[in-house]
Formats: sequence, C-alpha cells, structure tokens
Amino acid sequence: MTRVRALQLVLVGGAVVVLELLCRAGIIDRFTMIPPSEMLLALAHVVGTEPWFWPDVSYTLGNLGAAIALSVAGGFLIGLLVHALPRLRRVLDPIFTSYYAVPTFVLYPLLIVFFGIGPASLIVLGALFGIVAMIVATVTAIDRVPRVLLKVARVSRLGPVRTALLMKLPAASPHLMTGLRLAVAYSVIGVIAGEFILSTEGVGRRVALAYNNFDNQTMYALLVLILGFAIVVNAVLGSLEQALHRRWYRS
Amino acid sequence: MTARTRWLDYVLLAGGVWLAWVLLFQWAGPEALSPPGATLRRAGEYLASATFWPHAAATAVAFAYACLIALTGGLALGFALGAHRLAGQVGEPILSSLYSIPKITLYPVILLVFGLGISAKVAFGALHGFFPVALFTIGALKNTSPVLIKTARVLRLAPLATARTVLLPAALPEIVTGLRIGFSATLLGTLIGELFASDRGLGFMLIRAMEAHKVLDIMALTLLLFGFATAANMLLLAVERRLHRR
Repeated sequence: MTRVRALQLVLVGGAVVVLELLCRAGIIDRFTMIPPSEMLLALAHVVGTEPWFWPDVSYTLGNLGAAIALSVAGGFLIGLLVHALPRLRRVLDPIFTSYYAVPTFVLYPLLIVFFGIGPASLIVLGALFGIVAMIVATVTAIDRVPRVLLKVARVSRLGPVRTALLMKLPAASPHLMTGLRLAVAYSVIGVIAGEFILSTEGVGRRVALAYNNFDNQTMYALLVLILGFAIVVNAVLGSLEQALHRRWYRS
Repeated sequence: MTARTRWLDYVLLAGGVWLAWVLLFQWAGPEALSPPGATLRRAGEYLASATFWPHAAATAVAFAYACLIALTGGLALGFALGAHRLAGQVGEPILSSLYSIPKITLYPVILLVFGLGISAKVAFGALHGFFPVALFTIGALKNTSPVLIKTARVLRLAPLATARTVLLPAALPEIVTGLRIGFSATLLGTLIGELFASDRGLGFMLIRAMEAHKVLDIMALTLLLFGFATAANMLLLAVERRLHRR
C-alpha cells in the first residue's frame, strides 16, 4: 500500500513539475497558464490581502451547505417514495439516467425570475443538480438491503419503525453515503456554475471577473482553491463510504 | 406486468408532468415559465425551421468528435490500468479524484488554451466523458471472476486471446454501463462548451435565448435536448440490459 502511495505521489508530483517547467520555459505562455508555484503564491496573496476573499468564500459555502442539505433530505424522501411505488420507478428510470446529460443550469435564468438574484436561486440550482443523484442512490440503497436482515427483524418481532431504524437504515448506509458524496459533488457544480453565469457575490463570480479582466493570477489562485476543496471533500467522503462498505459487506 | 399497463404508466406520467407543469405555470407566471402546449409547439417549429438544423449539425459534429476521443481514450486507459494490478491501484484513485472535480470551473482554462470554436467544445466534451469510461472499464476488469482468468491460464491462452475471448465478454456489460454514462457526460460537456465558447450549435442557441430572456425558446430547446438525451439513453439502456441478462 505504501508503495502505491509513493508511486501516486511521484506521478502527481511529476505532472506538476512538468507543468511548471513547460510554463517556465515559455512553451505554455503566461496568458494561457501561470506556473503552478505562482498559482500557490497568488492564492496566498489573495487569502492574505484581498478584503473580498472571506465574505465571498462564506457566501459560496453557505449556499453550498443549504443546497446540499436540500438535495440530500429531498432526495432521500423522494427516493423512499419512488422505491415504494415500483410502477412509478420504472417510468421515471430513463428520466433519472439521462438527467445528467442535460445542462440543468440553462434553467438558471428562469430561477432568477422566480427567486431573484441572490442565495435562493443559487441554492435551488445546486439542489436541482444534487437531488437526482441522491434519489437514485436511495433507491439502490434500499434494494441492496440483504433479505436475511429483514428475516432477522421478523424473527426478532421488530415493528416496522424499529426494522427501518435498526436494520434497513444501517444496512443501507454505505449506498446512502455514495448518494451523499455525489450530491455534494453535483451541488458544488450547480452553485459554482450559477455564480459564474450571474451573481453579485461568491467565489464563482470572482473567477468570472478575473477571467474577464485577464487577471490570470487571481483566476488560477481561485481555481486551485476550488479544485483542491472539491478533491479533499470527495476524498474524505469517499474514505467514509469505503469504511461503511467494509463494515457492512465484508467479503 | 403487461405491455398495456406499461404504456398506461407512461401515459399517466406524461399526464402528471403536464398537470404539474400547468400548475407551476399558473403559480410562476409567463415571466418564469412557458406553458406546456406553447413549448411543444415551439419545439415543433424548431424542428421544422431551416435555421435549426445547421446548429444541430454543428453540435452533432462536435459531439461525435468528443465522443470518439472520450470513449476510445477512456477504454484504452481503462484497459491498460485494469489489466495491470499495480497500475490500477496507483491510477484509479487519481482518476476518480479528477472525475470528482467540478469541471465547469475549468472552462476559462479551456478557453485560454483552445480559444473560441469547435476545438474548445470538443475538448470540454471529451474532458467530461473520458473519466467515467476509464473508471468503469477499470472496475469491470477488476471485478472479473478469478475463475475465468485461471481457466484462461489453464487453457494457455495468449494475453491477447485472453483479453478478446475471456476478459472482454466478461467485462462487457459493465463497460457498456460506463460507455452510456460517458455518452451522457460528453453530451453535457459539449453543450456546456457551446454555452460558453461558441458561435454556433444548440448550446449557442440556448445562451442566446438566455441572454435575450426568451423563456419559451429556453424551455423548448431544453425540452428537445432532454428528449434526445432520454431517447439515446433508453436505447443504450436496452442494449445494456440485454448484455446483463446474458
């Protein structure tokens, strides 16, 4: 395992070094990309000196939190409903699977008319992105609860509520965790995309501003920040998910 | 479940969606939504108009190139990493991290590198579709039953023959799942590329409708895109189910 880790470090580090050299040598010009080391310096500069940094970050994180909460809670409840109605499920299935092929944020201007420019539109957009992943994961999660556990519940004479809480929920937790991870990833896309397109505050809007002003330093600093945040969050949720899988499905 | 109840279900769903749409329209008003009947008529007008098809063709060309790159590239890398244990262990987590990043944030970079035009769209589409195809292929090969591999070894099959006659058929259903998801993701990426970085194509028509705030046009185009994506997906899903049953 340590050998794998070491190889990964060498691979990723090597890619960064190559990028750095290409930028420094002028093969990639400065108007296209700045060297990775400068991106980090620029990020430190932005964090340390720009007065807009923390307000914009907290604006984006606040919207993101609300969008995630909405999509996870809503997706779970709708998932339960869809699972309980097999006919509804079969009809909705193709819609769910092709949902992520359509750029949902084309509806963003309509949301703005609806909710105005501000947090509400961004939150709804993020939630619209995340909710279907959570619905699908919830349905799968209930499908995958081993039959034997339900038999155990019946043998132990558990009522429906206690069966749900003590048997179904824990056994479904690994797949629900998958749903949570995907809902987070999609909500990030929704919120940031909304801020790109039209917003008065937020990190996504700062990236769009920097891009329009040819301010590559700020733009790459913020991109590094957003991508780093997404990768770390995904890695943490992914390892939680794997721990749950190992606990429930030891094979 | 007979075919008749299935059709009844679809009719009921369509009726339900229609009703919800009308109610939402009543609540939100014509500023935010267009009514379903008018939207369908507008979509029909698009399909009959002469200006629509060149845009659709531009999108189709970009999408075809992006699919070609994403699917072949994803399959090639997936097979390379899936067939070799250590390479898979090293590569898979890196790929899934890259898959998880919000690729829409990279659109300024893509624009700076490729400029406005078809190459930016193709790059954006391929960027979206490449990772799921590679990851599903790796997963499919990793999950191949060890018995099959042992059998191949007992029969002394050459590596290429093993790949062709044992690994590929065993992994095919899951690979097709990856291709389907890659297909959807590539379509999404191509459209996003057109929204931000293009002067023709369906995505460009959408962004123009968005900027002019033509609600009816936005809804009609979205409906057409969703219809196309759903139809293509159902087709691939049918193929996938058939392969899974085998």
